[in-house]
Amino acid sequence: MVDVLEHPAAYDLPEHGHEEHHGPTGILKWLTTTDHKVIGLSYTVTAVVMLVIGGAFAEIIRAQLASPNGTLVSLAQYNELFTMHGSVMIYLFAGPFAFGALANIMVPIQIGAPDMAYPRLNALSYWLYLMGSITMLSGFFTAGGAANFGWVAYAPLSNSLNTPGAGADLWIGGLLLTGFSAIFTGVNLVATIFYLRAPGMTMFRMPIFTWNMLVTAILILLAFPVLTAGLIMLYADRHFGTHIFSVAGGGVPVLWQHIFWFWGHPEVYILALPFFGMVTEILAVFSRKPVFGYKGMVFATLSIAALSLGVWAHHMFTTGVVLLPFFSIMSLLIAVPTGIKIFNWIGTMWRGEIWFSTAMLMAIGFVVTFLIGGLTGIYLASPPLDFFTHDTYFVVAHFHSVVMALVLAGMAGLYYWGPKFTGYLLDERIGKIQFWFLFIGTQVFTLPLYLVGLRGMPRRMAIYPHDPQWQFLNDLSTAGAVLIGVSTILFVVNVVVSWKKHPAGDNPWDGQTLEWFTTSPPPHHNFYRLPIIRSERPTWDYNHPEHRSIAHAPAHPSTEDAR
Amino acid sequence: MKVEAKILLGLGVFFGVMCAVYWNWSLENAGGVMMFAGMLLGFLPGGYYYWWSRRMAPRAEDDPNATQAQGAGVVGAFPGTSIWPFTLGMGSFFTVLALVFGIWLLVPGLALIVWALFGGVAESRRGGKV
Repeated sequence: MVDVLEHPAAYDLPEHGHEEHHGPTGILKWLTTTDHKVIGLSYTVTAVVMLVIGGAFAEIIRAQLASPNGTLVSLAQYNELFTMHGSVMIYLFAGPFAFGALANIMVPIQIGAPDMAYPRLNALSYWLYLMGSITMLSGFFTAGGAANFGWVAYAPLSNSLNTPGAGADLWIGGLLLTGFSAIFTGVNLVATIFYLRAPGMTMFRMPIFTWNMLVTAILILLAFPVLTAGLIMLYADRHFGTHIFSVAGGGVPVLWQHIFWFWGHPEVYILALPFFGMVTEILAVFSRKPVFGYKGMVFATLSIAALSLGVWAHHMFTTGVVLLPFFSIMSLLIAVPTGIKIFNWIGTMWRGEIWFSTAMLMAIGFVVTFLIGGLTGIYLASPPLDFFTHDTYFVVAHFHSVVMALVLAGMAGLYYWGPKFTGYLLDERIGKIQFWFLFIGTQVFTLPLYLVGLRGMPRRMAIYPHDPQWQFLNDLSTAGAVLIGVSTILFVVNVVVSWKKHPAGDNPWDGQTLEWFTTSPPPHHNFYRLPIIRSERPTWDYNHPEHRSIAHAPAHPSTEDAR
Repeated sequence: MKVEAKILLGLGVFFGVMCAVYWNWSLENAGGVMMFAGMLLGFLPGGYYYWWSRRMAPRAEDDPNATQAQGAGVVGAFPGTSIWPFTLGMGSFFTVLALVFGIWLLVPGLALIVWALFGGVAESRRGGKV
């Protein structure tokens, strides 16, 4: 059925005065829905399952490394494990969780839109993502095992001689499907944000999360087609006898690295920017203040995105064929807008009336952990230091600090927005215990890896020489990984324990942006009515008319600037 | 519409400058070509938005003093439910599996894709559930 929608303002009816939406229920609802909230929920559940699967791989890897001659898995199985750990976490969890799950649900509500611009394309994105995940993971059930060339699939390791077998092809196929899923979601987000905003919701009044999702979506459109093209070339090399990436036929193996990282580095920010946006919102709401430096935040996001497209070869410093000064300068420059962001996050909390809810704790944990990951990234942007640490555990520790910060932010997002799209709060007591396990576990897990990396331990090794220092640091790291595993179990326990127990109400956190204006969960097509939008926090203005002057909205509308 | 145009045009300008600097300095073609394509991806939609922003009346969502009544009227037609995305997704799944397990999987794959495309278009045309 097609619902011809009129704008909610056209009929300012009381709540529950509307005809309820009648559609199929049960499994048929799941298969046929085009509602962005239902699709987003499917994405959320699938992505959390992927987090658990990828996390289980990580725990096996850490258990193997707890002793120098670990015998838990064979060397070949270890290769499959670290490849699939990276692939599941990057391709199947972090990205889809950010732009498929939380953005899919929240962006239309935050800008006062009834749905995504292309609801059926949105549903297609989910099915491609789910089927891509199944395709990639099904490599474990083939005779040759799953893909085992590392999540970066460097040529010539990924050619048909070195890694024959269906597992590698399934990896390529799964990535093709999830890649298209990401591109479609990107198109959808840009169209939604450009065309479906509510009256008065100018671009510079959009919540920071929506801004970050817009920039993320543009990055997706720039980066993912390059990866898809590269994968098709890789497949052609493997099966059709082309020699794009092999020296024997006149090809260039490093070309794969250029293509992969031209996608791969923007991908880092495709993963990170949504979580930056989430944290910005959470810090503002739980500090009872508007975002500090709103425009600075937007321009920092835009410049991070732009710079991230010019730094890909800092992953390739040791190949010896890239322009070191260019990529070093560009990589170091990213520290400037990122620094602005951290400054603004602290400025948002400064003198705020801080409420230490679970979401707020997770968000602060994100800022701390991300700062560690970001600062060590500055070392790696310097070629002399990178030559020394390339492919050691120092690099592993650097990006695990960053991605564990994103996990903290993602948990913050689930505690903050979960009540909105499920209608029920999660238990705060278990949540806080979970936070401490996750936060302490993250530091215990990553910090020893920096040290073991500086002592020269290379990455992707299943066994290592007997060295008391290496072993102690690895044991410490494994202990941290156990703490992180416990925190994940606590999260699942929390979801089960507080299932439909504490009704959230429309606005449990006294939120500022439009999603807190509608009911929890929001009705079909999201809004019964909309407030008048005069600043970047319309719900706060509506609930706290006494604070309007702080919210950059002059009392007299005619004097208002174009903000 | 002007802000939207400026973001994309800015992206195009950034890529244009970076492409010129990088290509002339490094003489490495892969990155140069990718940056050139990135520049086009900024200029093409950016130019389109800029062209329209000069020709259309400001929209309610670009008006800082808009009242909700300005947005009154039809927003658009949104499909309530549809089975075709699932059908298309399964078709793509089988098509990709054909890359791995054999060309015969293209038969169900392409059949589902074609069926879903016709079904989806017919659904839009009739304006209702097919």
